[in-house]
Order: sequence, then structure tokens, then C-alpha cells
Amino acid sequence: MTSTTGQQATTLLRFATAGSVDDGKSTLVGRLLHDSKSVLADQLEAVEDASRRRGQETPDLALLTDGLRAEREQGITIDVAYRYFATPRRRFILADTPGHVQYTRNMVTGASTAELAVVLVDARNGVVEQTRRHAAVAALLRVPHVVLAVNKMDLADYAEPVFAAIAAEFTSYAASLGIPDVTAIPISALAGDNVVEPSAHMDWYGGPTVLEHLETVPTGHDPSTDPARLPVQYVIRPQSAEHPDYRGYAGQIASGVLRVGEPVTVLPSGRTSTIAGIDALGRATDTAWAPQSVTVTLTDDIDVSRGDTIAPTTGAPAVTQDVQATVCHVADRPLTPGQRVLLKHTTRTVKAVVKAIPSRLTLDDLSQHPDPGQLTTNDIGRITLRTAEPLALDTYTDSRHTGSFLLIDPADGTTLAAGMAGTAG
Amino acid sequence: MSDTRSTAFAPVADTADQYALSHLDVLESEAVHIFREVAGEFERPVILFSGGKDSIVMLHLALKAFAPAPVPFTLLHVDTGHNFPEVLEYRDRTVAEHGLRLHVASVQDYIDRGVLRERPDGTRNPLQTVPLTEAIQEHRFDAVFGGGRRDEEKARAKERVFSLRDEFSQWDPRRQRPELWNLYNGRHAPGEHVRVFPLSNWTELDVWQYIAREKIELPEIYFAHEREVFARNGMWLTAGEWGGPKDGEPVEVRRVRYRTVGDMSCTGAVDSDATTLDAVIVEIAASRLTERGATRADDKMSEAAMEDRKREGYF
Repeated sequence: MTSTTGQQATTLLRFATAGSVDDGKSTLVGRLLHDSKSVLADQLEAVEDASRRRGQETPDLALLTDGLRAEREQGITIDVAYRYFATPRRRFILADTPGHVQYTRNMVTGASTAELAVVLVDARNGVVEQTRRHAAVAALLRVPHVVLAVNKMDLADYAEPVFAAIAAEFTSYAASLGIPDVTAIPISALAGDNVVEPSAHMDWYGGPTVLEHLETVPTGHDPSTDPARLPVQYVIRPQSAEHPDYRGYAGQIASGVLRVGEPVTVLPSGRTSTIAGIDALGRATDTAWAPQSVTVTLTDDIDVSRGDTIAPTTGAPAVTQDVQATVCHVADRPLTPGQRVLLKHTTRTVKAVVKAIPSRLTLDDLSQHPDPGQLTTNDIGRITLRTAEPLALDTYTDSRHTGSFLLIDPADGTTLAAGMAGTAG
Repeated sequence: MSDTRSTAFAPVADTADQYALSHLDVLESEAVHIFREVAGEFERPVILFSGGKDSIVMLHLALKAFAPAPVPFTLLHVDTGHNFPEVLEYRDRTVAEHGLRLHVASVQDYIDRGVLRERPDGTRNPLQTVPLTEAIQEHRFDAVFGGGRRDEEKARAKERVFSLRDEFSQWDPRRQRPELWNLYNGRHAPGEHVRVFPLSNWTELDVWQYIAREKIELPEIYFAHEREVFARNGMWLTAGEWGGPKDGEPVEVRRVRYRTVGDMSCTGAVDSDATTLDAVIVEIAASRLTERGATRADDKMSEAAMEDRKREGYF
């Protein structure tokens, strides 16, 4: 945050990091924060003190991110940690996901909001089982950009053939998973090569450093190519002398562009109207787009409530009570056919029952294993559900926001699974 | 190949300009979404409002989220009894201006009744947890908005946006629900509540930039002024009835401002000439110390001071 000044408008990039045990992920994150001058003097002093107490000669940058006592005591990262830093060009939100404990659950969490994932491998070990799993999670969650950071190049003599072989193997695997964009970078997080500053040891590499790539990768995508969706969060009815008849539908636009004068359909009821006005947090406007929070008024006084979706009549989603999805099971208790659950999709929570679990996916290669009987913690599988009420569900391929859902235990509120619609088959 | 590097900083090919949103726009929409989710799913939400800049930004966002209707939440302030008078005055004026309802839980009351005991160091920050928890139970608040940010402190970096607390307000970092996409799970049992942090993804600088952009009024102690202070633990504390200074702690007049606003006994002022928002932003952008490192004595106690306070139910 140090170098951002004044009122300069900057863009925001959310990204996630993933690596196996001892791949040096925390060191990479610490290095990114430290070398981009986002670690301030008192934080560094605390890390230096703690490192000295542990008998380490150099500051252990991993201590910058391991925030919980149990993590520092065990020298491991347990939970997703969010980190914030900025350069003059961009603000970054980093979801730092642990490599081992609950790794699937944590990486799914971090990847769900990420526009870019950094997958770390140890140059001496190359692509291992966990690397394949991290790539598979990035592919499943449809993270648009993936960076392969080949770390510990200092322990591989900074040798180009080592890097080239790992990059080729990973890129080909990623392509088979459908990941559209892979950038491979040879680094040493410990020595600082190609993290923020270009390496003096790898003249054969002409690409960007990790930070340069993070600063220049395109963020977001053109909302005008997506169908508009406004899940209604709350109905604003002041019923005051000044606004006796005002009825505004408040929500965050999940995808696309909304325009005043556009004919819309309210789902699941199917009632139609026209957008009369859009209030973008105090500013009346003719158009608004994802991910803006807005309040919309309609020309007709029709029944609209929380949980409904407003969509342009042209391109409105189909409603369904039969859901096919890929889910990542995140709870301790297994998920079984016949189980009754709550399904939270956008702003709508409905009762549902698990009809079947046709297959479990092996994360090594996303191959399917039929009839697993149940899904246990950190399993990813295909399931079918029947809901008590219809949902305006898009496929996850079409929209990460209106194609995703949670399964919740109705008894105690535990989050059971993260769901991505429409990819069963 | 080396010239690839020099061209690596080509113009950023972001979303088509027509649909570009700044990081403040994105953070604002995210926070408003969080307020509206809580309004849609909870019965008795409350905003923790201290008159500090983060709680002022929270209230501003809540006002925008529900306009032209009033904010559908009440406010709660845990008053340590050592709050800055300028801040209490700001608090009361804001509450009146927007026609809001304010509950005050008083640490002084608990001390007077003998339920809480003054600490030897005079710090009242850790004493806020019991009055806060009891106020939540008494009023049956089921969602409690806090202005905590993940950039403040490393234990807070592990906090969820929706953070489930048991009936004793305790936080168990190992039993947190995974938080996916922007789907927040606010289910809770009777007696439990959810702490909600709409500013989770904001940094100190974001908060100041947003205050400047929205022209939000702040208590004057955030800007440079002359003040009688004394040095303790490397910080400038305000001399006053709360107990400072002790013998041997000389008082002097310095030009200072506050980077955070909390209990007078443990909130330090920083030397500053910044009298305007722009000057404050320049000063923060150049600072080599974090906000809490520069101004909070209570976080300097140990590596896990914040984690321990959070587990017990602190903000």
C-alpha cells in the first residue's frame, strides 16, 4: 500500500496462491509483500524478532502470513489468509491458501473469487500430484489466468532445461483441463529472483517477473457480452411523506449490463415489466453493470421480493427444480443420496434433496469414478438435486455468480458443499 | 531477450474503458452487498459505532445501501469511559442528524458495579469484551457489524466476512465456515450471532481515499492540532483524567493527529502537520509503520495479542 498516492483510480486484481508442502509459497508471498515495499517497518521488526527467537539467522518471511498461534507453532499454514498490497498500477487482494491441511477446501475457497491463480512447484520435484490437483481446482472453478511459478531455481543451478521441461509438462496438462491462459515463470522466492526484480542468474528468461505479470494481466471481462442478471437482495420501501410510493429493488448486478427502458422478466414468477430507473448508490444513471450495487425501479407495480432475479426478457435464464452440478464437499460429515439440504443460490435459499451422486472426480486428471456412494471431506463429485422451488440457474460455465451455490445443513447451518451448476454429464 | 523486460509495463489492457470500475467502486459495491444481505437475512442487526473512521465509513455505506429509506439497523457503542470528548460529540451529532437509535454499553458502569476491575496499566481496551457480549445478549442482536479490516493485523487476515460466534461471543479460527464466491452463510442457532465485517477487503489507504472521495466529515482529532501529550512505550498519549501521566512522564505540547481513535489510555497520536484529507493521504502513503503498530499499545503486548482478544469475543 505504500506507493499508491492521492486520488489515483486503480484497478483491483484478486488472485490466489497454491502450492504443495515446502514449495515455498509463504516465502513467495512474503517476498512479494516485502519487495513491493508493502511490509512496513513494525511488521518486519516483529518477523525479525520472532525469527531470532526461533534461532533462524535470516527473517522468515513466512511468518508475515501465518497469522494464528497454531500456525506459527507448527510452522504450517492452516487457513486461507487474505493479504493486501498495491503498486502504483494496481491494488491486489491475495488469497493465500495452504498446501496441505484441508487443501482442496481452502483452495476452492481462494479460487472462487480469484481472477488469477499462482501454482507453485519445486524445480527439483517438477509437476507432482498436488500440482495436478491445484491446476484441476483452478480449471473447475474457472479461474481465467494461471501462473506456474517454478520455484527454487537456485537449487537447480538456474538451469533453463529444468524450467522448460516443467513448463511444457504443466502447460500441456493445463490445456487438457481447459485452462485457457498459462504463464510459466522461473523464480527463487528465497533469493528474490524474478519475483519483483528480474533475476541476474537467468539471462535465458526474457518474460515478466511475477509482479510485472500481476500488474499487467487483464482483469475482469467485458460485461456487455454477458446476459444481465440482478438477484434481488432487498426491497426498499421508505413509505415516507417524501417517497410515499417508492419501491426499489436493491442488489448487486451479477453479470451483464442493465439499461433504463429495457423490458425485463422477474424470475422465477415470469412476470414482466420495464426498467424505469437505476440508482447507482445515490447517482441516477441510464446504464449499470456488474459488479455494481444498484437499486432498480420498474414501470409496473408487480410482486418482486428477495430471492427473485431480474433479467432482460431477451436472454432470461430458464428456471428449474432439477439441478445437475459438480460439488466440492467441504464439511466433516459425508454427503449421501437422499440427504435433505438447503441450497443457497444468489439471494435465494430453498430446500433441496440430494437425488444421486453419479460420480466422484479424481483431481489428478479430473477422471470420473462412478457410484462412489457418498462424498467425504475434500471430495469433488457430480451430483443431482431436486429443489422445493424453482431456481433461475445459469451454468457455471456461463456465469461464476449465477451458476454457483452452497449446500447448507438445515440442522446446524454448516456449509456442506460448494456447487457449480450444469456441468454434470 | 532483455528488452522484453523493458516493455513488460505496456499499458494495462483492462475491461473496456466504458465499463471500467475503480478499486473504490468495487469495494463500495461489495460492502453495500454485504449490508443488504444482512438486512435480508437477519432479524436484529446492529452496527458497532465508535465515531472512529472505519465505523463512520460503515455508517456512510449503510446510508447509501438503503436510500431513500432509513438504515434498518440500530447502533451500539462500547464506551470505555476514556473516549475522546471530540469523538463522543461527533457520535451524538451523527446519531441525531440521521435519526438513528444508539445503544451505549459502558465499561465505567461495569467497573463501578465491581464486575470488571481496572487493569494496573490503565488500559481499558480488553475490558470492552464483556460489556459488548452482554449488550449483544441483552438486545438479542443476531448480526453485529464491525469495522475490522483484514489488513490491520495478522489474526484479522484470517477472519471471514460472516464470522459465527457462540453465545459467549467466542471466535474459533479452526471452525470457520469456508466462504465461497459472494455467497455468505449466516445460519446460526438461537443465542449465537454473526459478526459481519463489510470493510474486510479495505486497507487503511482505501478508507482514507473513500472518505476524501465521498467528502465524509470526521472528528477533528484525525487532523493535525496542538495537544498536551506525554511519551509512553514510544507513543504520544493524551494527558487527561484517565490516569496519565504518571510521575516522571513530562507533558509537552506537540502538533499531532490521530491515525486511529480508541481508548485514550492506549491510543497514541502521531506527529503530523496534516490538516486536510489530501495531506493525511500523502502522509499515510509514505508511512513506514502500520496503523496499529504506530498507535495501539495493546497490540504490542505479544505476537498473539489480537488473536487472544478475538477468541474471547473482542471486536
